[in-house]
Amino acid sequence: MAYSGKVVDHYEHPRNVGNFGTTSEVKERPDIGVGLVGAPECGDVMQLQIKVNQDTGVIEDARFKCFGCGSAIASSSLATEWLKGKSIDEGLQIKNTEIVEELSLPPVKIHCSVLAEDAIRAAIADYQEKQQKQQ
Amino acid sequence: MSVKLPMYLDHAATTPCDPRVVEAMLPYFTETFGNPGSRNHCFGWAAEEAVDQARRQVASLIGADRKEVIFTSGSTESNNLAIKGGARMYELAPAGSGKPRGHIITGNIEHKAVLDPCKRLEKEGFEVTYLEPGPDGIFTAEMVKGAMRDDTILVTIMWANNEIGTINEIPEIGKLCHERKVLFHTDATQWVGKMPTNVIEDNVDLLSLSGHKIYGPKGVGALYVRRRKPRVRLIALQEGGGQERGFRSGTLNVTGIVGLGKACELCAQEMDADRERLGKLRDKLENAITSRLDTVQVNGHPERRLAHMTNISFGFVEGESLMMACKDIAMSSGSACTSASLEPSYVLKGLGIGDDLAHSSLRLSLGRWTTEEEIDFAIETIVGAVEKLRMLSPLYDMHKEGIDITKIEWAAH
Repeated sequence: MAYSGKVVDHYEHPRNVGNFGTTSEVKERPDIGVGLVGAPECGDVMQLQIKVNQDTGVIEDARFKCFGCGSAIASSSLATEWLKGKSIDEGLQIKNTEIVEELSLPPVKIHCSVLAEDAIRAAIADYQEKQQKQQ
Repeated sequence: MSVKLPMYLDHAATTPCDPRVVEAMLPYFTETFGNPGSRNHCFGWAAEEAVDQARRQVASLIGADRKEVIFTSGSTESNNLAIKGGARMYELAPAGSGKPRGHIITGNIEHKAVLDPCKRLEKEGFEVTYLEPGPDGIFTAEMVKGAMRDDTILVTIMWANNEIGTINEIPEIGKLCHERKVLFHTDATQWVGKMPTNVIEDNVDLLSLSGHKIYGPKGVGALYVRRRKPRVRLIALQEGGGQERGFRSGTLNVTGIVGLGKACELCAQEMDADRERLGKLRDKLENAITSRLDTVQVNGHPERRLAHMTNISFGFVEGESLMMACKDIAMSSGSACTSASLEPSYVLKGLGIGDDLAHSSLRLSLGRWTTEEEIDFAIETIVGAVEKLRMLSPLYDMHKEGIDITKIEWAAH
């Protein structure tokens, strides 16, 4: 399968790889939202972590890890780039179709963009849940 | 270290033609172009003589008589002719009679060119048992014996598996079939030309082989059809001029057949040395990968497999991205995730390998011109790629943190 130049670029130079601590560490951090979506047997698992300024509600930093094909890696890498500097509400506006367009994903790889959108929503939901618990 | 890129480590898919094979073929395109079926002039006689020589070369490689070699377009056709032609000849009741037509035994990790003809026969009123191998991937005579019934008419088991290279108990299965008077076919596409073969001692009735897996041309192969003890008969699939003793009508592919013959002759001379050299390179590759990376698994029986190939699963990395990271190396991904299909290899699943590992397997198969420099390059590339992808993999983090990923409730998508 031929990948677009942007997919190859994200795959070869993934942005914001990593996390803000181990699974148990980030669980205790109210400023961090974690999204873990996909399934190993389907060939895609994405982990997205966002670090939110709790005063302003702005996503200050984002990190990802991805088990999946080149398009899945590129979709999650792109998601971290787009999330940084956005508010929670703005983050929720990111649509998978925009990822498809930006990366020129072929039809068989659209599920990768859907998974990235799911990961964004899961990470934000996790952050909001932690905030509610704090209050 | 200088190697020519991209490099080819997918010889189980196809091989380059040996230049000596091409040289042998060339005169038969332009000078000796006659139809071997033309019995009344020298152009036909010369072509017939060339085909005859090729028949001797093929027969000699597998310990057969030249009269027992039927030329075909390749292993797929040979398998179809053997399985469908054999079942229809030895059926217990004719089609349309409503009675059971006979029982066939095969394996669930056979090539599709065996499985699909078997499925066709099921639709036509035959019954098929699909044996399941153990985790080592090997079909034994015991397994076949356990599946044998009074109405079994045909057993078809591949000699060596195309994905993992495991070697089945062919002589023993053949012996059992002969005792029970059951027809025995083996798809020997990956085996012939790599390992010594003697259809008489190995008790084979029907054997498929292919030109392009043994440094010959594509589009030509052969089916060995035993003529003595027992004399095997088949219903032809293709009818016409009655060539190849009526088993396979159609003007002979003289250039291809000459190439196949030459390729067989070269294999007979060189396979022992090739096997020894490639076995050492394969072991070097495997040892380096398994010692430098954790959570890797070599698939199939560790010893009873072909020397020139390996199939390795890498935990916590996904197959397609692994192939992408190794784009300078032509190899085969154990998972068929290359298109719309996300299905992991049915062969690896057949060994009971979990979907997670079946998703990230590489088949590397070496060939006559593979060099040690290429293997060194492949080792560095693959180890580097797996390390990079594990840096990216959330599953590898969890594994390192001691979390059992099989215990997580994943949302299937």
